[in-house]
Amino acid sequence: MADTLASLRRYMVIPPIWLFLLACVAFFSVLTDDFLAPGNFTNILIQTSTIGIIALGMTVVMINGNIDLSVGAVVALAASLSVGLQDQLGTLPAVVVGLGSGVALGLLNGMIVWKTGVDAFIVTLGAMIGVRGLVFIYTGEQSFFAMDFAYSDFGMSTIAGLPTLAAIFLVFAAIMHWVMTATVHGRNAYAVGGNREAAEHAGVRVGRHMVINFMLVGFCAALAGVTLSTQMGASTPNLGRDYELWTITAVVLGGTKLAGGAGSILGTLGGVLTIGVLRNGMNLMQVPAFYVLVVMGVILIAVLFIDARVNRRGAGELRL
Amino acid sequence: MSRVAHHTAEELADLKHRAPLLRLDGVTKTFPGVKALDDVSFDVRHGEVHALLGENGAGKSTLMKVLAGVHRANSGTIHLNGEPVEVNSPLEAKARGIVLVHQELSLAPELSVAENIFLGSLPTKRFGLVSWKRLNAAATHILDRLGVKFESYDRVGDLSIANQQMVEIARALVFTPKVVVFDEPTASLTDAEKVVLFDVIAGLKKEGTGIVYISHRMDEIFTLSDRITVLRDGQTRGTLNTRDTDEDGVTRLMIGRSLDKSARKAAPEPGPVALEVKGLSCGDLFRDISFSLRRGEVVGMYGLVGAGRTEIAETIFGLRAKDGGEIRIDGAPVDISGPPDAIRHGVALAPESRKEQGLVLGMNCRDNMSLSQLDAVSRGGWLDRGAEQAIYDEYAGRLSLKAPSWRTPVRNLSGGNQQKVVLGKWLGVKPRVLIVDEPTRGIDVGSKSEIHALIRRLAAEGIAVLVISSEMPEVLAVSDRILALYHGRLAREFAAADVTEDALVQAISGL
Repeated sequence: MADTLASLRRYMVIPPIWLFLLACVAFFSVLTDDFLAPGNFTNILIQTSTIGIIALGMTVVMINGNIDLSVGAVVALAASLSVGLQDQLGTLPAVVVGLGSGVALGLLNGMIVWKTGVDAFIVTLGAMIGVRGLVFIYTGEQSFFAMDFAYSDFGMSTIAGLPTLAAIFLVFAAIMHWVMTATVHGRNAYAVGGNREAAEHAGVRVGRHMVINFMLVGFCAALAGVTLSTQMGASTPNLGRDYELWTITAVVLGGTKLAGGAGSILGTLGGVLTIGVLRNGMNLMQVPAFYVLVVMGVILIAVLFIDARVNRRGAGELRL
Repeated sequence: MSRVAHHTAEELADLKHRAPLLRLDGVTKTFPGVKALDDVSFDVRHGEVHALLGENGAGKSTLMKVLAGVHRANSGTIHLNGEPVEVNSPLEAKARGIVLVHQELSLAPELSVAENIFLGSLPTKRFGLVSWKRLNAAATHILDRLGVKFESYDRVGDLSIANQQMVEIARALVFTPKVVVFDEPTASLTDAEKVVLFDVIAGLKKEGTGIVYISHRMDEIFTLSDRITVLRDGQTRGTLNTRDTDEDGVTRLMIGRSLDKSARKAAPEPGPVALEVKGLSCGDLFRDISFSLRRGEVVGMYGLVGAGRTEIAETIFGLRAKDGGEIRIDGAPVDISGPPDAIRHGVALAPESRKEQGLVLGMNCRDNMSLSQLDAVSRGGWLDRGAEQAIYDEYAGRLSLKAPSWRTPVRNLSGGNQQKVVLGKWLGVKPRVLIVDEPTRGIDVGSKSEIHALIRRLAAEGIAVLVISSEMPEVLAVSDRILALYHGRLAREFAAADVTEDALVQAISGL
């Protein structure tokens, strides 16, 4: 049984989380009336787009063997800047500043990780705390409201029937999928995560490569902050709390290894949608919110446990 | 200690009449798609060293893992002292007195030597507290027996690899074992440490312990063993009395043919100087190193561990900053501040530790090979799969790489084939200078001579090759010239034609 599963896996291009996702969809389709309703799926896409956009950048950083815990705080910072600066700068420049703040913090995170050799977990943990502090200093603990209605209209708009935010997420996912599978940068990401020393020996400029990825995830987090604030027409200093955890959950569900070297955008997409479907479905079943958290926690562990079993048997590793 | 037996020559002759201590009969083990062991039978007698030989992938490791309870055989029986036994876990194997001394270290670097030796069976006093006094006393007792130069309270991470290997061996001696399996125990030991290990093995023999000794090194096997069993393709090819055979006989069983010892064809006239190193220095690692490499020439660099060989290579490749001296490529001085610079100047390094520095083990063969030349197989950052595949096909063919497919992760290849992937990776960049550090470490005899022939062929194609090795036969087999290093200095340079083993040994020992 385990053998057939393993050999099946070898030929399966689609990450296994998609099987689980399909099961979830089937489950909720049967148990609720509204799950298959036409508007519900676009609903799920909008709900997941924020975490989803961050997860795309996080996947690359995690394939590198790094992690970025500061994404939640960057969401708040970018949202506060792009809403708060609209009066002085105009909407578009404010958004550019917001996005730029994410890229700049990514650069800072990456440079510190590269030059000091301190673990990315520690560096970005520090950034997560510090950036959140900056947000409170900048906002004076106040929420900002977007006075430019075009800004909040953007969050509600659609392109060819598809919500714009969902479209941004899906297009960005497609681009990242290509980057990871068809470019030198993508190949290097796997090499650096798989064996950093060997990558260095092969002439990969590892430090520069990692910094670029931190800037990428910083941009993703800032973009998510902007899209989230267009949805709400406002920003709050507490925006994006726990987003780093949900993002990592989605990425890991999608099959990316914490140790680096393995993972895919396709898997992350599956992980993101799984979380979205579970939340949405349980909501429709009127499961109380706190129970939803308990179920999600259990499912995270269960999925990774099954994945580890299948993988370990396949690799013929030691019985431990 | 009452059972100490002293084997005279006559008694040794008697050995074969004794009942075996451990016997495996018709052991078969299949993994998905592979028959790793096919009806293998093998036995060890009291006080005997039974060497187990075979090329990588012949099934040695699998056989030992079955014995040590890591794998379960699909069929076959194991008898210990004439009684049929089942060994279902490493713990059970240990309890029955079968201990495996791993080739790969499995130590906890942050713990002390004593803690590592007794890991899993720490002596305790009341309330489950560790009795440090008893622990250190017991550990010291074992260490004394091994004659090592470190203490029971030293941190394992601070020890040299060789000394860590000794700790691994000390671990095996904790439970007065009946059978000890040594898997390539000398891979990282110096000659002096080897002598100590051989003494330990002789001591175990005297106590009647059965010893299974896995090694690629013929000289060791002929020094140590009483019998030799050869495995090939998962089958037993024969068991020989060591006294009745020689290297050639064993090799024939191993690879099914005789081995052409000399990889060297008639040395062609070397071309112009490709690499010139003048007065290269780096801290107290090495000082004032000067030598040159010509196109079409293989130069061997020979010296003891710690003589600075690898460090010199790393400096030329830009992994280490030099603090003096000059490097010239094709006559022009170059500034190499990292591997990308080195690669641009046509310098390639196949590093000493293949798995740690040479390969991304989880990545497939093709991607590993193209990793050093992604610029050449891409346009504006986009990979050209066709070009990548073409490079793989070309070098896999030229190096006769044996891999099931390009998709196979290099982790699943044998050592010899892994080395070929590393070489292929560097040949693609068309290097002027190729440095290979310990090209055949941990590689079996058959593949060894193949790699040697390959190195000669690359030189013949016009590459200047520097071969760093701690194995004298290797240096002698491939080099046109030999640089002998002693303590970070170039002690002497020999032409291959008039070097003797004695002179070489003297040069690297500072005599």
